[in-house]
Amino acid sequence: MAALFLSRRKTIENLIEIKGVKHAYQTASGPLEVLDGLDVTVPEGTFAAVVGPSGCGKSTLTRLVAGLMTPDQGEVWLHGERIKGPRNTVGMAFQNPVLLEWRTILDNVILPLEIVAPRMPRKDRVARAMELLEMVGLVGFEDKRPSELSGGMRQRASLCRSLVHKPDVLIMDEPFGALDAFTREDLWQTMRDLRAAEPFTAVLITHDLRESVFLGDQVIVLSGRPARTQYVMDVDLPADRNLDVLFTPQAADMLHILRDQIKIAQGREVESH
Amino acid sequence: MLYKIATPIIAIIIFLGLWELLVWANGWPNFKMASPSDLPPAFWKYKELFLTMGWQTLWRTVVGLILAVIVGTAIGMIIGFSRIARDALYPLLIGFNAIPKATLVPVISLLFIGQHDFNTVLMAFMISFFPIAVSVGIGLSTLEPEYRDILRALGASRYTIFVKIALPKTLPEFFGALKVSATLAFIGTNLVEIVSPHGRGLGALFKSGETNGDYPLMFAVLIALAFLGIVLYYAVIFLERIFAGWADREAS
Repeated sequence: MAALFLSRRKTIENLIEIKGVKHAYQTASGPLEVLDGLDVTVPEGTFAAVVGPSGCGKSTLTRLVAGLMTPDQGEVWLHGERIKGPRNTVGMAFQNPVLLEWRTILDNVILPLEIVAPRMPRKDRVARAMELLEMVGLVGFEDKRPSELSGGMRQRASLCRSLVHKPDVLIMDEPFGALDAFTREDLWQTMRDLRAAEPFTAVLITHDLRESVFLGDQVIVLSGRPARTQYVMDVDLPADRNLDVLFTPQAADMLHILRDQIKIAQGREVESH
Repeated sequence: MLYKIATPIIAIIIFLGLWELLVWANGWPNFKMASPSDLPPAFWKYKELFLTMGWQTLWRTVVGLILAVIVGTAIGMIIGFSRIARDALYPLLIGFNAIPKATLVPVISLLFIGQHDFNTVLMAFMISFFPIAVSVGIGLSTLEPEYRDILRALGASRYTIFVKIALPKTLPEFFGALKVSATLAFIGTNLVEIVSPHGRGLGALFKSGETNGDYPLMFAVLIALAFLGIVLYYAVIFLERIFAGWADREAS
C-alpha cells in the first residue's frame, strides 16, 4: 500500500524552466502587458496544472513553451537548452480539437509523424496510432470522419495526435473546457492512464480547480494581468488516483486554498474560515 | 439513383409544358416568342452548325475558366496571406469586377484586332476569376490559428502547412466559387461572340438568327447555351465530389 503514496517524481532534473519572463503584446491602444514575473519549474515526468483568472496570459505561457513565440524579457529553458523556436519534441492540444475533416481519425492522428518522421513506413505509423487509439478507447472509429464523432471522442483523438510522435512535453490549453462535466471526468481518467503508459512531462492550462488537483503534481496559480507566479502548490495525492480522491479531506483542503488564491488573483477579498 | 435523374427531367418537362401553354394561350406568333415545339426542327435544320459552334463556345469557355482558376487562385493566395496585398488589391478587384464587361468588348477588340479566339477566352477569364480569387483569399485568411499551430509547433515549413492544411481546408469554398464562375464564363464567351462582328460560336449563331429573322433558331441557341451551362456545372460538381467530397456531411 505504501508504494501507492510514493511521489511520482523519479528524477530531479527540471525539464521546463521559465525564469522571470515578461511579455507585452503591441495593440492599437498601446502595449498590453500580459506576463510580468512568470517563474515556472516543471521536473521531468511530472504534470503541472496552471490556473488563473480569465485573460491572465495562460495561453501565452503555452505558446512560450511550444516555441511559437519568444518573450520580451526572461528565459524559457527546455531540457537545459534555451528555447529559440519550435521543436518537434513538443505535442499540443487545444480546447478546439482542430481535427482535419478531410482526413479519417487514423490519418488525423498520424499527421505529426508526417512532419517529424517523414521516412517512417506507413505500417509503423498506423501501428503507433492504433496503439494510442486503443488506449483512449477509439478502436473501431479509426476510419470515421471527425464530424461523425462526439465532442469527447474528438478530444480523445486530438490527445492521440498530440502524443503520437512521443513528445517530451505535452502542452494542453484547456483541452476539456468545452466538454460536459461527465465526459470531462472520463477524459481526466483517460489522461491519467495515458500518463501511466507513456512517459511525458505535461503542462495543462485549465479553469477547473478539481481538474488541476486530480491531474496535477503541482498546481501553479497565476495572478491577474500582467500575470506573475502567485502561488505554487504541491499535490500530495497518490499517483494512481481515482475520482474518489476528490472527496477526501486532503483534496477539499487543497481546493479551498486554491479557491482563495484565485480570489486573491482576481483582486477580491478572501473570507476568513 | 432513378429518383435523382427522374426528378430534374420531370421538372424540365413541366417547364417546357408551361412555356408551350403560355405561347399557345396568348396566341403569340414566332417572331414574338417561339414555343418549345418549334425548337426541334430548328435544331435539326442547323444540326451541323450547332455541333461546330457549340464546340467552339465550349472550349473557349473552358479555357477561360481554367485561366480564371489559375490566376484567381494565385490572387487569392496573395490576398489570403498578405495583409498589405489584401488592403491594396481589394478596391482594385472590386472596381474591376463592377465594370460591365460588355463595355470592354470594343476595348479588347481594338487591342487584339482579329484575335477572335484570344479575345473570347480573355473575356471568359475576366468575368469569372473574381469569385475564385475572393473565396480562396477569404478561405486562407480566416484559417484558425490553432490549425496552423499544430504543425508550426512541430517546426513545419510554411509550404508544408499550406499543402497539408490551408489548401485542403479552402477546397469547399473554392468549388462553391467555381460553380458561380463556370456559368459566368459562358456569359463572357457569348458576350464577345454576339457583339464582335464576324464572330464564331453559339453567340454568332444567335446573331445570325436575329439578322435573318429566324426566331426559332435564336431560342434554340439559348436552349443549347443553357444545356452547355448545365453540362459544365455538373462537371464541376463531379470534380468537387472527388476533391472535396469530405465536406458533404449529408451522407453520414
